[in-house]
Parts: sequence; structure tokens; C-alpha cells
Amino acid sequence: MRKICLTVVGLFLMLLHAFSQVSTKDTSGYKAKPLSIDEVNLVSGYYTQTGDHSPITGGIGTEAVTDLANGIELKLVGWDSLRRKNNLTLGFGIDHHTAASQAWVSKTGASSTVGTRIYPSLDWSIENLRKGTSFGLGAIYSSEFNYHSIGLDANFSKKTNNNGEFTTKLTAYFDQVKLIYPSELIPLDTVKNSVDSTVSITTASGRSVSLSGGGVESGGSSGIPSSPRNSYTAAFSFDQVINERLQVSAEIDLVYQDGYLGLPFHRVYFADGSVHVEALPSQRFKLPVGLRLNYFLGDNLIIRSYYRFYIDDWGLKSQTAGLELPIKISPFFSVSPFYRFYRQTAVRYFAPYETHTEQDQYYTSNYALSSFSSQFMGIGIRLAPPRGIIFTALSALEIRYGHYTQTTGLISDAISLDLKFK
Amino acid sequence: MKMRNRLALILILGALMLGSCTPVKPYQKSRINDSEMSLSNRKVEKNELNFQSYREGSSGANGGKTGGGCGCN
Repeated sequence: MRKICLTVVGLFLMLLHAFSQVSTKDTSGYKAKPLSIDEVNLVSGYYTQTGDHSPITGGIGTEAVTDLANGIELKLVGWDSLRRKNNLTLGFGIDHHTAASQAWVSKTGASSTVGTRIYPSLDWSIENLRKGTSFGLGAIYSSEFNYHSIGLDANFSKKTNNNGEFTTKLTAYFDQVKLIYPSELIPLDTVKNSVDSTVSITTASGRSVSLSGGGVESGGSSGIPSSPRNSYTAAFSFDQVINERLQVSAEIDLVYQDGYLGLPFHRVYFADGSVHVEALPSQRFKLPVGLRLNYFLGDNLIIRSYYRFYIDDWGLKSQTAGLELPIKISPFFSVSPFYRFYRQTAVRYFAPYETHTEQDQYYTSNYALSSFSSQFMGIGIRLAPPRGIIFTALSALEIRYGHYTQTTGLISDAISLDLKFK
Repeated sequence: MKMRNRLALILILGALMLGSCTPVKPYQKSRINDSEMSLSNRKVEKNELNFQSYREGSSGANGGKTGGGCGCN
């Protein structure tokens, strides 16, 4: 973790140095311009959570989590011979988390409680400013111990003659879920060594592990089979400027998922005391509809509002309402208190600890799929002086803190920092 | 309020808003172009959108991700 922090500080100093000299060129007459760095963003976040409904232990037990996320994004801009603007964005992120419940993947609580995720990304788009059109392609890869994901997207947008813009985006994620079961539920062929009481196990996948001293698992993850999970999204949005102070946006997503949609290490305890691996349908269709309305009130206050209605074919319905009020202390410094309210109904397959029965075809005790409401509130600060912060290439700085509570008892805090260099 | 009524209300409000559009010239867009008037999420919100999509059963229609990444813990 210390290395990650030092890396971020090092990148910050390097960028300050790299942007400290700016040269100007004669721009009379149009010339194509090759890609060059236009903007660099460093985004860091720290998240901490407590709760008592971990799905790993069947809806009971600690949900304590911490997560440190760091990401860098380089945006390059160039102009081609047809006066089209080319944008290329390269991103790289790394998260490091600790999760107390992860220890209980093995029955004895001896599994690792830490993990790391990396996620590089690449986005390219081309804008024709005269026609008001834009086309883009993107790719993202995400890798962590038990989960790998490849995402691809294509998007197109078209401005209207009346300050409107229609955007459509098609996204596909091709994920692989590693089938790591709770240790007591691994399909096993076991061979017990009578001399040292070590149990050698060959799982259904052919992986060999050994358990000793009450079931401590050793050995790596290689050879553990994976199961696919695919997500396809068609998103359509329309933005419209209503007048000098008001603009609105509407978005509808059509989301279809198939494959292994549960997680293999989520336990479910039935009413008869037996333990099972979470079982959920292999298909899910989601339909979220979102509306945004932003209004500039007077000279110093902005009202940012958001509403979303969501429904899916697992029986979950939700509503989200958010309000943020950026107050401009000066043209370049603002303070933004915000509040978000969310509530959802449970999926029809959810039941708490020791409630499901053998008659249930699908079952989960994951409280993220239960009925609850949540509140998220906090404050953000934004500083963006026109000549940079202390006359450096650091053009904008944003800090945001929020406190989150769920009626399930889950409580979390999140703080984020965005440094923008131009 | 039933879903059908809710959708009808949203459509009526949307039609009223679009009908009340007034022409806005580029030089009149100083407020609309303010960075905090953006209709998309800002980069500093990325991490909190991630944790919300993992801790809650629904996601989407906010420019965020609707797949990829585990959020297992």
C-alpha cells in the first residue's frame, strides 16, 4: 500500500515538472495536429465499511471492508487533415482491498483477507465539430484473483440544431468467475494420509490441494475452473439545453446478463441447518431509466438533481433521488453539499439466514439483493483557478467525502481526490 | 403511484420541458458550460458509483458501469 501511495506522489511530481514549460506556435492556416497530451487526471479514493450481513457466511457475520483505489488517465487530443478532433484516452487503475469476511471462504477462517484488482482501459473517439457528430470505441480489462473481465464498447452521438444531443452506446462485458467454493462445499475426491493426518484433495476440477490442522487450505488458484458471465447494455440518452440556465438529460439502458450470476463462495443456510452454495437464475434483464436536471440559480448556486427508476425480471424495483448544490464562493472555488436517497425491493430469491427450504429452486442470503433503503450524504470541494493552482499545471483539484448508511445496518465512508493537470 | 402513471408523468414533464426550449446562442452559454453544470458524473464520483453498484441491487442509467468487475467483498 505504501508503494502505491509513493507511486502516486511520484507521478504527481513528474507531471508538475513535465507541464512546467509551455511553448506556443504560429497557428495561422490550418494544419493537422498529431496527438498530444491535453489532460491528465489522477483519481484516488479510500473506502471503509462495516456491517453484519456478509453473504460469505450466509447473511450473518462481519462485512468489514477497506479499499484503496488509485487511477491515472491520460487524454491525448489531435486534429486530422479533415479538421476532425481525435481523442485517445489511456487509463490504468489499481485497487487494494481488505475484506474480513473473505477469511471465511474456508470454514476455519484461514483464507486470505486481502486482494488487488488492476484495470487498464483504452478509449478512442473522433468528433466532427461541423457536423456535430462523434464516434468512439473503448476497451477495458479488469483482473483480480477470482474474477476477470473484458469490456468493449462503441458509441455514437449527434447534436441537434436546437442545442440537443442524442447519444447511443453499446457495451459488452465478458467476465469469468473463478469457481472458488466454501471449503466445506468443494466437490471432493479425498485421500487421507494416515501418518500425518494431512488430507490430499483432488477437486472436481482436477486441482489438488491439501488440508491440515483443521482444514487450512494451501496451494494456488491455478487449475480452478471458471464460469462465464456476460453483460450486454444498449444505452440511449438525450441531452437538451432548455434555456440559458437549465439543461436536462434522459437516459434509458437495456441490460441483459447471462451466465453465472451468483458467486460460488456465497453460502446459504437452509431452515433445516444445511449449508448450500447460492443459486440464482442464469439470466437477468434490467431496465433503468434516469433523468437529470441542472439549473444555475442566480450567480452563485447550481442545482444538480438526479432521479432513477429501475426494474428487473428478478423482482427488484428501485428508486434513486439525488441532489447536489454547488455553491460558488468565487468563480474558481466551490463547495458542494450533496444528498442521495435510495430504496429497493428484494429479489424474489432472497431470504435471510436459515429461512430458505429445499423447495426453493433459487436462493440467496446476499443483503445487496434484499429490501432496504439507504442514504448517502457529504460534501465536495472544487478548486480550479484559470492559471493553475499556485501557477502550476495542476488546473483543478476536487475532494469529496460521503457517509453512507443502509437500513440493513451497513455503514460506510468514502473519500475521493481528483487532480487534473492541463 | 403505479408504474404506468409514473411513466406518464415523466413523459408529460419531458414534453413540457422540450416545448419550453428557447434558442440559446453560444455567447449565452457561460452558465450552461460551467463545469459543474455537466450532465454526466464527474471523475471524483467514480469510486462512490462503484461501491453503490456493488452494495445495491440495481445500477445503470447514470453513465456508470453495468457490468465488469466483481465487487465480491
